[in-house]
Amino acid sequence: MIVRIMGEGQLEVDDTQLAEFSPLDDALAAAVESGDDDRFRSALVALLDAVRSAGSPVADDALVDSDLVLPYAEAHIDEVRAMLSGEGLIPG
Amino acid sequence: MGILQRMSMIFRSKADRALDRAEDPRETLDYSYNKQRELLVKVRRGVADVATSRKRIEVQMSQLSGQSGKLQEQAQKALSLGREDLAREALTRRSGLESQVTDLQTQHAALQGEEEKLTLAAQRLQAKVEAFRTKKETIKASYTAAEAQTRIGEAFSGISEEMSDVGMAVQRAEDKTASMQARAGAIDELLASGALDDVTGTARDDITVELDRLASTNDVELELARMKQELTPGPTEAPRQIEGQAPAADTVAEPQVAPRQEEGQS
Repeated sequence: MIVRIMGEGQLEVDDTQLAEFSPLDDALAAAVESGDDDRFRSALVALLDAVRSAGSPVADDALVDSDLVLPYAEAHIDEVRAMLSGEGLIPG
Repeated sequence: MGILQRMSMIFRSKADRALDRAEDPRETLDYSYNKQRELLVKVRRGVADVATSRKRIEVQMSQLSGQSGKLQEQAQKALSLGREDLAREALTRRSGLESQVTDLQTQHAALQGEEEKLTLAAQRLQAKVEAFRTKKETIKASYTAAEAQTRIGEAFSGISEEMSDVGMAVQRAEDKTASMQARAGAIDELLASGALDDVTGTARDDITVELDRLASTNDVELELARMKQELTPGPTEAPRQIEGQAPAADTVAEPQVAPRQEEGQS
């Protein structure tokens, strides 16, 4: 399973470790819904830490798309909301 | 998976849309390759811009620190001349500068982090662009338009995602440098306006002027006292005080006085 942390690159994560991320991902989704940036940030940082410690970096010259994508650590909740709603934050 | 999966789908749909636009998918390869090279140039320029901003902040930090040190010296000098008001003024200005320096240190750390991230992003992109070029040539040489479709999709979506991500990272870095340049400009103006004194040392600030005046007055007084002493026979304690020995000397002075009086008696 390939996970991208935006701004940092891609990591290869063993599929068996996905279960660990699930509750953290749910917490992040709930935090995005709540609109509380502090809550969002702590949920994001927790998920980023879990992914970073579980993953190993993908080779620079590998051309693979990611199964999962995580926002960058400093992302504001509004930016992430805009990305999720497809409001053109991701340039083509 | 909630957010993680939704985010990856957004990136992927972006790549799919770009592929759909082309009549012959093989044309997409060349088009994308040119875009990749453009982005690579942009990322490298981004790294250079961030570095320039970081260096500017470094210069300002050293200027402000120099000013701060100078004010500290002025405060000490003012205090030794008994001008607590002047010392207070110098220290007040110094604390203003110190908070600016702290602020700049935070910005500097942020820019340094940004620079490192972008440098790594440029390396990653460079490696991927190179890999894409190889793949592109193989695909163009070996497959018809119809056959190429799936193979192109594989190569294309991986690099497309990287390009989106790096493109956004460069944008963020540019936004950050722009806001920092505005703040750095404000500090430059502050330094130039003389409010923080001229670091070149050509202009003299009001505290220096006052200290110089005090020092020259003090020199005159000392000279006068010395002259009086020469005219008056026999040493007295009075001129020693005028010479302005350190306050700490008071405690030491007493035991010193006693043996000297004994010497005088013998």
